[in-house]
Amino acid sequence: MPTSLINIGYLVAAVLFILGLKGLTHPRTAVRGNLMGAVGMLIAVLLTLTDRQIVSYQWILLGFVIGAAVGAVLAIKIQMTAMPELVALFNGFGGAASALVAGAALIEKTYGGGIPLLQLTIATAASGLIGAVTFWGSLVAFGKLQGLISENAILFPGQQALNALLGAACLALAILVVLDPSQTTLYWVLVGVASILGVLLVIPIGGADMPVVVALLNSYSGLAAAATGFVLSNNVLIITGSLVGASGIILTQIMCKAMNRSLTNVLFGVMAPAGEGSATADEVYAGKVKSATPEEVALLFDAARRVVIVPGYGMAVSQAQHPVASLAALLESRGITVEYAIHPVAGRMPGHMNVLLAEADVPYEALKDMDEINPTMDQVDVALVIGANDVVNPLARTDPSSPIAGMPIIDVDKAKTVVIIKRSLSPGFAGIPNPLFAMDNALMLFGDGKKMVLDIIAALKET
Amino acid sequence: MSLTIFVLAIFVGFEIITKIPPTLHTPLMSGSNAISGITLVGAVLSAGTQQTVLTTVLGFLAVIFATINVVGGFMVTNRMLEMFKKKS
Repeated sequence: MPTSLINIGYLVAAVLFILGLKGLTHPRTAVRGNLMGAVGMLIAVLLTLTDRQIVSYQWILLGFVIGAAVGAVLAIKIQMTAMPELVALFNGFGGAASALVAGAALIEKTYGGGIPLLQLTIATAASGLIGAVTFWGSLVAFGKLQGLISENAILFPGQQALNALLGAACLALAILVVLDPSQTTLYWVLVGVASILGVLLVIPIGGADMPVVVALLNSYSGLAAAATGFVLSNNVLIITGSLVGASGIILTQIMCKAMNRSLTNVLFGVMAPAGEGSATADEVYAGKVKSATPEEVALLFDAARRVVIVPGYGMAVSQAQHPVASLAALLESRGITVEYAIHPVAGRMPGHMNVLLAEADVPYEALKDMDEINPTMDQVDVALVIGANDVVNPLARTDPSSPIAGMPIIDVDKAKTVVIIKRSLSPGFAGIPNPLFAMDNALMLFGDGKKMVLDIIAALKET
Repeated sequence: MSLTIFVLAIFVGFEIITKIPPTLHTPLMSGSNAISGITLVGAVLSAGTQQTVLTTVLGFLAVIFATINVVGGFMVTNRMLEMFKKKS
């Protein structure tokens, strides 16, 4: 097929990607949007297969078969609670593919003493660097989310100095690759050092900061693809890569804002320790925490007119989304208004809670953003917090020395009654006590999230 | 020229993606991840031109990685979006 026709086809693919993303702006059009993206991809790949440079198809087809089989199995088998892991893994694979393609292109272009253009070598170095960081960083994020390695921040002395040193080494190697592209071994040394950097950059980031990391790695995988586009002078790669890069950066920003922390703070700062004057758990909780039984909570619900459910990562861990949705349906059948308040960083990736609740058939209209629900929180009869802690900690508003000071929270403490389902009084990710649990209008329901919700449902059905 | 396209595409990305509601942020990530598997185009060329053994191997591995990304990404996104659709 002539090159001009291929280029027009690529343009069509790029337009389909843009329209596909646009479809994602509403749940009604989103399925179609995703399909348009898939069609765009199919067009781009089929056109590429007609390229006259291709002399043999066996490796391509074998790669397609293996990749499609693995991808399909992962996509079908994965549990919705494990979506953050899967997305992290896919991001990593995208990064790895970009780094490999750039490496192969460098070898091809310098083969037999050829001297590639400066633009190409710069892009190659960028692709190798970003691709390797994305791959290894994503694998570490995957390991943390799966519980294969400790979800806590892993810290050691001299960590930041070491990272700075590795960063400088990467930069120096990248410059060497640009200056003398014929030494292709240097490219792989760069990839190696960037791999170590990728691991070390994500290791010190703790569980609750994962939404930021997953979003950032998403952005990197796009940027790596864009860099590969520069290597191959392929516009569809450049356009698509920059779309994804922009998307990841926007999500990263939203996540950081929702925690009132800067990106550098998340990536390097680890959480600030609690201030000097902060109260200990004993001082906050002693004699003030009231515990309730599922039957008592059921009575509360029975008398309520408006209920707000606030889910957190704990709901995902105990797989409580289906019982929660049944509880909400039961309450609604009795004329009670039920809404869900979703904090932007609840869960382990942007939108994690929304997906779980959608899986449990909760209509998306019932899911409210933090900014939407907070102004009316004082008209709520019962707020049910399930598996969330730091995102409902009023210290964020009241204690400027707290590590979460200034973080926007869901103001459940303003509801008439707050019921908190939690295994114990253990602190959340920020490591600080939550005075909400000791407030006059708060009731603790100690136990596993799923079991407690089922117990409340059973008690409600008896009344 | 390529740089112009890069910058313009980033602007288009910002314009569209800021309009996507938080409810769809997870499908946005998996979906955008699937289209970032467009590297597949480059991988196919490396694996098919067979200039050297090394580039063929690299291309082959890249085809596998990118195909997992593309197929898995679109499928899982579709699975999630169907869940959002069914009740509304």
